[in-house]
Amino acid sequence: MSLLSVSDLGISFGGVVAVDGVGFSVSPGEVFSIIGPNGAGKTTLFNLVTGIYRPQRGDVRLAGQSLIGLSPHLLVRRGMARTFQNLQIFFRMTTIENVMVGRHLAERSSFLSDLLGLPHVARQNRLTRDAAFALLERVGLAAHADANAGSLPYGALKRLEIARALAAEPKVLLLDEPAAGCNAIETEAIDALIVEIARAGTAVVLIEHDMKLVMKISDRILVLAQGRPLAEGTPRTIRDDPAVIAAYLGDHGSREADRAHG
Amino acid sequence: MLKSALRSRWATLAVLALMIAIVPLIAPSAFYLRVAALVWIFALAALGLTILMGYAGQVSLGHAGFLGIGAYGVAIGPTHLGLSPLLSLILAAALSGVIAYVVGRPILRLKGYYLAIATLGFGLILALIFQSESAVTGGPDGMAVARLTVFGWRIAGAMQWYWVSAGVLLLGAWIALNIADSPSGRALRALHDSEVAAAGAGVDVAAKKLAAFVAAAIYAAIAGGLLACMNGLITPDAASFMHSVEFVAMVIIGGLGSVLGAVVGAAFLIVLPQALTSLQEYEQAVLGLLIMVFMIALPMGIVPSLRNWLTERLA
Amino acid sequence: MAEFLQLLFSGLTVGAVYALVALGFTLIYNASDVINFAQGDFVMIGGMGTVFLAAAGLSLPLAAFIAILAAVAVGLLLHRLAIEPARGASPVALIMITIGASIFIKGVAQVVFDKQFHSLPAFTGSDPIALGGATILPQSLWVVGGAIVLFVALYLFLERTLLGKAVLATAANRLAARLVGINVKVILALAFGVSAAIGAIAGVLVTPITLTRYDIGTLFALKGFAAAMVGGMGHPLGAVVGGVLIGLMEAFGAGYISSTYKDGVAFLAILLVLFFMPRGLFGGGSVERV
Repeated sequence: MSLLSVSDLGISFGGVVAVDGVGFSVSPGEVFSIIGPNGAGKTTLFNLVTGIYRPQRGDVRLAGQSLIGLSPHLLVRRGMARTFQNLQIFFRMTTIENVMVGRHLAERSSFLSDLLGLPHVARQNRLTRDAAFALLERVGLAAHADANAGSLPYGALKRLEIARALAAEPKVLLLDEPAAGCNAIETEAIDALIVEIARAGTAVVLIEHDMKLVMKISDRILVLAQGRPLAEGTPRTIRDDPAVIAAYLGDHGSREADRAHG
Repeated sequence: MLKSALRSRWATLAVLALMIAIVPLIAPSAFYLRVAALVWIFALAALGLTILMGYAGQVSLGHAGFLGIGAYGVAIGPTHLGLSPLLSLILAAALSGVIAYVVGRPILRLKGYYLAIATLGFGLILALIFQSESAVTGGPDGMAVARLTVFGWRIAGAMQWYWVSAGVLLLGAWIALNIADSPSGRALRALHDSEVAAAGAGVDVAAKKLAAFVAAAIYAAIAGGLLACMNGLITPDAASFMHSVEFVAMVIIGGLGSVLGAVVGAAFLIVLPQALTSLQEYEQAVLGLLIMVFMIALPMGIVPSLRNWLTERLA
Repeated sequence: MAEFLQLLFSGLTVGAVYALVALGFTLIYNASDVINFAQGDFVMIGGMGTVFLAAAGLSLPLAAFIAILAAVAVGLLLHRLAIEPARGASPVALIMITIGASIFIKGVAQVVFDKQFHSLPAFTGSDPIALGGATILPQSLWVVGGAIVLFVALYLFLERTLLGKAVLATAANRLAARLVGINVKVILALAFGVSAAIGAIAGVLVTPITLTRYDIGTLFALKGFAAAMVGGMGHPLGAVVGGVLIGLMEAFGAGYISSTYKDGVAFLAILLVLFFMPRGLFGGGSVERV
């Protein structure tokens, strides 16, 4: 039973078709990757799915219910969280506070009780902080909990974004190039983290350029080219698909994929 | 440890209380107490902007308009409607919040320069109304304001006003500090840095901004009401663009987002002109120059810069 | 009909001045992303400078010329001493810097000049010209004509000269402009200088009609700003259309509705435009990238 199902999604900007006729579905515990050359419409697709752009055609359903027209902050309520390709970190806050913001929906307090600093706000703060700290431990950033987020290295910020998204306890997690710009060791850590998240039952949708990572951890892969679906299938079928090789992977990529697959 | 002590809200309140306790001991005359009371009142208005600008990152160049609503509220209530000054103050603060709620919905969709100009335009329209509706507001000459009476106690004299304004400021600072470290405060600070990421975490960005705008308007209105009652007079100048600029300058010069910074910034901009009275001719030039110099040379503001320096020295 | 024409003439006259101020805003905004609140003070420097230099015995054209040069010098200094050192500051900080500059200029002006209202003699007589039942001052023709000449000159400069194209290139993409060898620093200074000159010329032209004082800059800045925003920030043509629109709305609002809130018209216009078409009349849509 698929959890997230996207059908025939499309949008154009000023006459230029950015995404057209894209559909896929993802089940709990599955890692579903979206790949394609630069400008293929991957991030636009994410922005459509997460309500940042409103699609002109098609539907996005989570657990059977349509998400079209819901503003982004309501999607989290339905169980969808994401990270961003160009980091969207709260740089003026500490590392743990970044993750605490991710717990926003789980927090029970009103603006008025926050103003008055009622005792239950302090209790709520403690609960949120504990939950956030546990997540920081999970992504390996607990040592930096009280450091300014702005002072963390790039790879750590990538993991911080994942921790913040996980804080919302999503059913579907969308990761937009979580390993971009990371070194081999950082990529390894993120790779293990994604596998672990999926194993815990979360549906993971992944955009990634690192073919080695994609081929290794994906259950299924969707290849986009010029906003349209080119192929979909397991890493093995994608790697062997002549259309994909021609349009995207090329010689070098195919060799790379071979090596990754052993 | 020391760093967190310097950042704790009780430390901030203690420093503020200490400042408030010391001034009467060293003030040579009632005049200085009056100036200090002015500082506390303007600091209260600046604190509202700390919530809006410092936490949520939304600029308002029309903040003095809300100050005007509070000030004219306590003037008009007793004069035209026969209400008590205290009730007028409360109603004016509520009205200010309601107006902020109505205006804030469309205005807060705007960002950066556009938001600055929209709030500026709104403030100017308010100032124009205070100036033009002479039948109600007394026009450019302003109007007299009845003395403030709280449960039979008629507040009068520099010393009483000093303690009243200081008390309200402490209350305002306590509330502002409460917000900072609460779910709402984290939401505001988060949307300051990234609205998409805040929304992605489930923060209703529009609603939170609006709440901050309303809170700022209520702070300003209460400050305006106190100002009018203390001076016994209100003129449209209170709501002028110049004052709006000064509030923003207070918040930034003191240190954006810092409660103590708002107070220090207010003290700086209120005391300075008093100190410059001998150079009266040059007052405006010096003020303009200072705003420029601070923005360029100390963009973080006085209090955060000082705090960083202290933590580095002591660490 | 006569009343309508009369209001039309006066609206076009002030509108032309707002358009010039808006044009100055646009030029600086395009080149540097700075919204210069001291723009109105260039108008004041042009007017007040001419008044005082003429009173000192200089001929009107010479006085005006020197006053315009003085405004250009102030514009260049503003860029060099206040804007350039604050590169990379937030929009709010930049706003506050130019507001500080504006306060500073007014503060100096009240010391260098005085706090009185001043006027200049009309350039070519002050006998009103009758036109369709209404009258128009010769000076109004100077204002409108001067504005048109400036628009055309600026257009030719930007579109036909290499330097002008460098300004446009810098506005479009500063990094790319630098990469193709444009000295961006010089271009930014140029934008401030030209913008100051435009403001000062507007000041010289309009002072015989509206009087001038050390602090008139604020209203000119705000209305010019409203004009730029109504037209769509960053569009020179939008600035001109916005300026004329604001001038006309003010004149007709004052004539047919109430003159009390004449100054409020511009701000109401800003609010309405921002609410209903946040990018202005000439601004396109934009998509947030994440």
